[in-house]
Amino acid sequence: MSEWLAFFQRYLPDFIQGAGVTLELTAIGLGLGFVLGLALALAKLYAPKWLRYLAIGYIELFRGTPLLVQLFLIYYGLPSLGVTLSQSMSAFLALGLNSAAYQAEYFRGAIQSIGASQMTAGRAIGLSRWKTIRYIILPQALRLVIPAWANEPISLLKTTAVVFLIAVQDLMAEGKRAATATYDPIGSYLAIAVIYLIMVFVLNEVLKYLERKTRIPGFEMETKKA
Amino acid sequence: MTKPILTVKNLAKKYGENIIFKNISLTVNEGDTIVIIGPSGTGKSTLLRCINLLTCPDEGQIWLDDKEITAKGCNEDAVRQHIGMVFQNFLLFNHLTAIENVKLGLTKVKHMNPAEAQIKAMNELERVGLADRANHYPGQLSGGQQQRVAIARALAMDPRIMLFDEPTSALDPELIGEVLEVMRKLALEGMTMLVVTHEMGFAREVADRIVFLEKGSIVEEGTPDELFYKPKFERTREFLWKITELYGKKETEKK
Repeated sequence: MSEWLAFFQRYLPDFIQGAGVTLELTAIGLGLGFVLGLALALAKLYAPKWLRYLAIGYIELFRGTPLLVQLFLIYYGLPSLGVTLSQSMSAFLALGLNSAAYQAEYFRGAIQSIGASQMTAGRAIGLSRWKTIRYIILPQALRLVIPAWANEPISLLKTTAVVFLIAVQDLMAEGKRAATATYDPIGSYLAIAVIYLIMVFVLNEVLKYLERKTRIPGFEMETKKA
Repeated sequence: MTKPILTVKNLAKKYGENIIFKNISLTVNEGDTIVIIGPSGTGKSTLLRCINLLTCPDEGQIWLDDKEITAKGCNEDAVRQHIGMVFQNFLLFNHLTAIENVKLGLTKVKHMNPAEAQIKAMNELERVGLADRANHYPGQLSGGQQQRVAIARALAMDPRIMLFDEPTSALDPELIGEVLEVMRKLALEGMTMLVVTHEMGFAREVADRIVFLEKGSIVEEGTPDELFYKPKFERTREFLWKITELYGKKETEKK
């Protein structure tokens, strides 16, 4: 028992610091992915043909290759093209670019389910296409997407663990360090597993709250019926 | 009252080989209520969609007041704010309350300031008898109420003409009356209206002229009395009486 206590006293601050890095990676990756993903979804649905194909190509490329390969290309590959990014910058970028491809597909699905009829209704009162997207389509699609999209933050939070391979000091890296130093892989990895679990749990609650908060009165019944 | 608001000349539309309608010419004068009737699939809805440029006609011209809206370089968005459209399925914006639905076009298209828009929107809701439902979301309203909000939303833009595309077809029978009542009131107030409907009671009472459309062409047009009692074509009489039987008698005979 005292052994455990000593272990936690020694490593808990490191783990907490690592967890902070993990959360930072998740938040920035998610944010970058959100903005880019939304743009990709809109491009895929509404843009001129060449841009649409560009968006489709991007999405297929980033969903079709391992994140780790993308990360290594950015961190080890880009310097030979004259672009050298720090470890954290590479990690943010890889996670964001990758997440964007997945988020784009969630957004596309939601926008399509809002349907062309809402576009017609918006255009009929004299709104331009872009204004209809902005004031009619997106406010509905972004609410509708939450239950499905909620997978992404949770999945991304766990996926961030791969960045320890380019020596970003996240929770995974701290766990590995503790395991090596104490020769206690079970204790170390179980400890960080519990911390991941707690973060996922809290994130999940936040997302559920968000879903409740943005619900449109009377609208959820309609979607259930349909 | 004979100033034409809407003039349609030789309008045609086809999808591939499939001709939706051809050679449609139509004049709607200020204050007139024109009812378009005809079997389903004869291009009535497509005609309305062409008139407010939601669908692009293949041939022909359309004038709104004295301006040709089918002319090249014509700003579609600017045209549409002068043409009110009411759809079969209401198509309210589901994430906005009744009053926000009515207000949106005022603030985002007409760039009215929010306080003025609020007052105007409330007036329009009052006009359709729904001031007390202003803060309800579409999902919390009955079909009839939703359609009345949709009418208020179109009216708020102060359109030159209102197009109604089977506004009561998606409604339960007991909710049709309230929507027709609002439309009847509008017609009496002098609103210019072009209505596609199967409600013969409404057509007979309110329409200045009825246009019978079949297989993409205008078969016949005239006053309700002319079409019901002395139509030029037997086919017109057949259709009218069949529909009247199906969709009920004059509103007054119901009461």
